[in-house]
Amino acid sequence: MTWKVRVDADLCISSGMCVAAVPDRFAFGPDQRSRPVSELIDQDEAVRDAAAACPVEAISVTDAETGAPVPLE
Amino acid sequence: MTSQPEAVKFPLPPSPVPYDIGPEVRALAARCPVTQVELPDGTTAWAVTGFNEVREVLIDQRYSRALACAPDRPQRGLESILAESLMGMDPPEHSRLRKLVAGAFTEKRMQALRPEVTRIVDSLLDEMIAGPRPTDLVRSFSLLLPSRVICSLLGVPPGDLDSFHGWSNTLFADWSRTREEMAAAYAAINGYMAELVARKRKDPADDLISVLIAARDLGDKLSEAELVRFCFGLLMAGHETTANQLNMSFVALCRHPAELARLRADPGLIPVAVEELLRFVQIAGKGSIPPARVTREQVHLGGVTIPAGEAVLPLMNVANRDPEAFPDPNRLDLLREPKTHVTFGAGTHHCLGAQLARMELQEGFRGLLTRLPGIRMAVPLDGIEFREGHLLASMRELPVTWDAP
Repeated sequence: MTWKVRVDADLCISSGMCVAAVPDRFAFGPDQRSRPVSELIDQDEAVRDAAAACPVEAISVTDAETGAPVPLE
Repeated sequence: MTSQPEAVKFPLPPSPVPYDIGPEVRALAARCPVTQVELPDGTTAWAVTGFNEVREVLIDQRYSRALACAPDRPQRGLESILAESLMGMDPPEHSRLRKLVAGAFTEKRMQALRPEVTRIVDSLLDEMIAGPRPTDLVRSFSLLLPSRVICSLLGVPPGDLDSFHGWSNTLFADWSRTREEMAAAYAAINGYMAELVARKRKDPADDLISVLIAARDLGDKLSEAELVRFCFGLLMAGHETTANQLNMSFVALCRHPAELARLRADPGLIPVAVEELLRFVQIAGKGSIPPARVTREQVHLGGVTIPAGEAVLPLMNVANRDPEAFPDPNRLDLLREPKTHVTFGAGTHHCLGAQLARMELQEGFRGLLTRLPGIRMAVPLDGIEFREGHLLASMRELPVTWDAP
């Protein structure tokens, strides 16, 4: 399944928890906020975990085809 | 390009202005982003001062907290205790435990908790207004606010706080207490928590300790020892830090009257101001050494090659003054945006209570500035006494006064 990953820059507090947990999926942008390295990815449990661990719930993961949110458990 | 600077003694001399960084620290930061330093026990470490470099150390898993807390390393200050806490673990152990509590500290939860925090602020201020002036801000407000909030969150009876503050002061008193005193305080807190956990196990309530007990008993997600340590770690971590951030921010504001006036004129600026105060204000104790990381392998950082097994000290407070990241970094500018400081750390160990601390500081300042007109220090700056040898710049008292209504 293909996922669409987004980081809401207005919510992001630059905690870097996602960047530390999955450095090949998240990186800091020039605004020092986190952003996905690429928006469309193959299903990846590490990204799901990072979204669940975000302290401000700034990361959203959706099914790229249907747009339905991927449950973070 | 391989010239390595000679070792400087660390920690550097304390700043004459307690809320600011001193000239020696500024000089170290200006020299290069990574400098080899010599610690009081004669060992060496790499002090990291550049913003990008500090964040790299905090985020990159090659810099390990678990190795820094390992028994073969010099055990400084709290390290022996931290070894058994979240702060002494690397993923995946860290992830397993942090997951259990992270949900209780999310932004959403904190917003739900805000009315309760506002109530606590108001009741403390009611008592201050009814009492004499000047009064001590530490005992009447800044220590009680985070203490009452974390007690309510965890489900700790507020009446138990006095003995708890005694133990907490012993553990945080980094250099001035003996190993025996520290072990006794550690044992006392452990004993107290084990008993509280036993009571809650019999009689669960709507609080975080009961949630953790359920995670242990129903889900087998942590050991009994982990459960007990977790509870007291959460109780400890949240209040000396927030209390002294509040105290020191208040002092810094009093010394920047134009900025203080700006805030009084428009309390809507408080959230932004709190971020700038978090960036600017220093709350580390004189002579304290921040938690080290140890390199798992050889790394290149800020133009320096660091071999495997070396101690690295990310100096978050100095990174917050990096001119590359913050223009005119040594100026307190309450309207500065955005909130990208590293005061709460970054990466795996980003402060669990960051959103809680932010909210407490916001509500605390809103209360102090709107309900106590003209609140100001009632002693000169050099009249403030700090606890000697403390890990944090912990004020013994902070006399304040305000205008009669």
